[in-house]
Amino acid sequence: MAEPTIPAAPEPAVGATLGETPAAPVLEVSHLDVAYRVRGTDQPALRDVSFAIGQGETYGLVGESGSGKSTAALAIVRYLPRNGRVGGGTIRIGGRDPLRMGRRELRELRARSVSMVYQEPAKALNPALRTGRQIAEAFTASGTVPPADAADATAEMLARVRIPDPRRVMDRYPHELSGGMAQRAVIAMALASRPELLILDEPTTALDATVQAEVLDLLAPLRDEFRTSVLFISHNLAVISQVCDRVGVLYAGELVEEGRAGDVFTLPRHPYTVGLLRSIPKPGQRKDSDRLDAIPGFLPAPGDTSTECVFAPRCALATDECRTAPPWFDTGPGRRSRCYRHGDAPDLPRAAVSGPLAAAAERATVPDGNEELLTVTGVSKTYGTARVLRDVSLSLRRGETLGLVGESGSGKTTLARVLLGLTAPDSGGSVALAGVPLAATLGKRSRGNLRDMQIVFQNPDSALNRRRTVRSLISRPLARLAGLSGGALAARLTELASAVRLEERHLSMRPGQLSGGLKQRVAIARAFGGGPQVVVCDEPTSALDVSVQAAILNLLADLQAAEQVSYVFISHDLELVRYLADQIVVLYAGRVLESGPAADVFNPPHHPYTEALLSAVPTVGGPGTTRIRLEGEPPTVFGEPAGCPFHTRCPRKLPSGVCESTEPALLEVGQGHLIRCHIPVGDLREVQRGEAGSVQGESQ
Amino acid sequence: MAAAAPARANPARWRLLFRRPTFVAGAAILLFWIVCAIFGGSIAPHNPLAQQLLANNAPPSGAHWFGTDQLGRDVLSRVIAGSRSILEVTPLATLLGTVLGTVLGLIMGYFGGAFDLIVSRLVEAVLALPAVIIAFLFIVALGPSALTLVIVIGLIFTPVIARTVRAAVLAERNLDYLPAARLLGERPWWIMIREILPNVAPTVLVEFTVRLGYAIFTVATLSFLGFGIQPPTPDWGADIYANYGVLPAGYWWETLFPALAVASLITAINLVADSIEQVLNG
Repeated sequence: MAEPTIPAAPEPAVGATLGETPAAPVLEVSHLDVAYRVRGTDQPALRDVSFAIGQGETYGLVGESGSGKSTAALAIVRYLPRNGRVGGGTIRIGGRDPLRMGRRELRELRARSVSMVYQEPAKALNPALRTGRQIAEAFTASGTVPPADAADATAEMLARVRIPDPRRVMDRYPHELSGGMAQRAVIAMALASRPELLILDEPTTALDATVQAEVLDLLAPLRDEFRTSVLFISHNLAVISQVCDRVGVLYAGELVEEGRAGDVFTLPRHPYTVGLLRSIPKPGQRKDSDRLDAIPGFLPAPGDTSTECVFAPRCALATDECRTAPPWFDTGPGRRSRCYRHGDAPDLPRAAVSGPLAAAAERATVPDGNEELLTVTGVSKTYGTARVLRDVSLSLRRGETLGLVGESGSGKTTLARVLLGLTAPDSGGSVALAGVPLAATLGKRSRGNLRDMQIVFQNPDSALNRRRTVRSLISRPLARLAGLSGGALAARLTELASAVRLEERHLSMRPGQLSGGLKQRVAIARAFGGGPQVVVCDEPTSALDVSVQAAILNLLADLQAAEQVSYVFISHDLELVRYLADQIVVLYAGRVLESGPAADVFNPPHHPYTEALLSAVPTVGGPGTTRIRLEGEPPTVFGEPAGCPFHTRCPRKLPSGVCESTEPALLEVGQGHLIRCHIPVGDLREVQRGEAGSVQGESQ
Repeated sequence: MAAAAPARANPARWRLLFRRPTFVAGAAILLFWIVCAIFGGSIAPHNPLAQQLLANNAPPSGAHWFGTDQLGRDVLSRVIAGSRSILEVTPLATLLGTVLGTVLGLIMGYFGGAFDLIVSRLVEAVLALPAVIIAFLFIVALGPSALTLVIVIGLIFTPVIARTVRAAVLAERNLDYLPAARLLGERPWWIMIREILPNVAPTVLVEFTVRLGYAIFTVATLSFLGFGIQPPTPDWGADIYANYGVLPAGYWWETLFPALAVASLITAINLVADSIEQVLNG
């Protein structure tokens, strides 16, 4: 990728600069220190954090878990937990300092000036009260609307957050709303007081991609309409880059870089930001051509009191100079970076490619026409009246990866459980491995069947028994499935541990003592212990930070190349699937809507749903405005389906009414490429090509 | 260390326990009674069985700190010696109930289905009856003895412990390490004993200590009603029963001291149980 030429590094500014300070900022945080008291000692969570947000501006705080981004949000409205304490610095909201406010003033501030929206809308709404009443309460509490008019104001506000039929939604209880609908209701409630400052803490992290896209689309117009300033907190760089004007990058409690979102993400000037951006798969990157760059090392331990640059232990550019904490350097108009080597940051050396499996990384390319390893034919699963899977067929060749894509409720996890024998499918369908049909349930499968198919679960905290040591966890499959014991087991254990990059000292630890990435490595080692042919990876990185995710994806790719294992890779993240998968299956409401080779599925013509999914995925620096919005309710799996399962939300529904009445067949539109749609493939290709062209035109 | 959270190793947790004043107080009282139970004979100032009919119903004095009872036996000596019978029977009974209840709870929680449904209804039926009434029936049928008490109380506690353990197992059932174990071909008994049990062990331990308090109360009650430990063996419940008839005559010490002994032991065990629960779950 050609990087723009880098201007000569500016001289460090004298004294601490505050970056771009907007005139009359709505929120101004200066030199904020926050610490949590844990077992008698203070552990700093934020150190010397300063930033300001102007009126009507959206400011993004981006960072990984443990960076202190949520602590910042809590400190601003003084919602820190009991053991949290502001040790120094000032906060000003509209000129007033919440840290010096009395109880009454603080109440006033929270009711009128600042609103917060959190990750889980279900937790922000009182389950015992109807939605409408809760939002109306926000209106009356803030005093913006007399109680008599609160209901009308609520309906109006719900309409503004694009909730169709607000009166009906007001009559519902929160649990009767879908996640996206509930989060919109929470946003409506937050805006009721017409706040000066709206704090959004990971507001779309719990939502599906298409719903996330809808919610993000709401923000800009609402902000402009209400002249509200927004503090947007997220771990997702792409989301931040899409909605924020300016952005601050937090690492281990310190702000390390700040500037306009476009500048920071196109030409980052701090090695951490550079590392973060490189660890996300970009369009066009593929497992067999390009490795992802993980950030080596770990966050400093809590309570670490070293005085060097926080990022130095993980930084490939670190020199002796970095042993003392760097000051802020101006790196351009309105930009600053807390790095001595900010000028060299874009040239950060790439993470080492060599490793125990580097030899294997010279990927043996899979010859075409390879044998079919896993064959699923006509599998359905019904729970009572819920039809979770309907007539799903797919196949997977040896050494290849099948990407299983779908939103929550699409049935992808049920399908994984059926493959593994954890859930018995309805009678009729079959799962076969290398041509041999597998028994429907685990109890009837042979030891060899178990060895052949294993899983890496989404959440290692849940998948690893917290009372057992890493050694015991990894040994068990070696003993049970590989039939090893004694010295042979010990030798294989060491080999396996080093293949997943676990160190000897990790073996005697329990999962609770390991970081998320290390835990997932243990789970991967366990899955590979028996020498499997197929490994189901169920969202294996969605509980991990992006820098760790890259390392895990590299590991999976290496193991695949070395062992010729096949993956069923389940994910809601299309960029991940695009990076890893050879074949793709798109599931919607238990139905396969599209399947085929990855390159075909990601390029037109594709199913309108795939098209919507692709356009919903935020990308760093992507166009972001030419989205296909999905209206309507998410699919239901209950009752007899009428027509195409996607017709309730389809933006390309045919006017003839055929989509509502008849379900389309899965038709082959190219070599192994199947689409379930009434629209003739030629028309699909034409309309989608056209739009892709116009998108490119606009972005240039 | 590289990993995020510092180790929360078990030894550290136990040390945490000793930092709690409630635990230290409870453990001290409990230890006192255990010492009395073991060395009662040599600590007691008098023979707890020796009758002095001429010095009966004597109020507390220098010679008899807690006074004497209707038969002229030293109340202090009987209180000290009375700890043995109750501390022999109750831990054994509680242990029996905990083992049976844990096994039953693991099976109900792990397998679920019809077995769980039927046993759960039975458990509820048993819980609906007062424990003392059920104990009566069995003791009348089997004849009162220490062994009968252990078995009867153990069986009475089994359902309630089973229910608690079952609930803890159900919480574990949602975790992915169970399907992971099934995919390694582990047998159900292995999964229950080696995978789930270590994770519900804190619950079991807390349940044991809490039930121990109830067991003491139950044994004291049964003895008071004449169905527990039989005279003339020194026993708090039996002594309260033997002497409460003369309470209206003003001989309060004969009842009060054994009653205080029961109360102090139950309180001590509850203090210990609360502390353990808070340390393990907090």
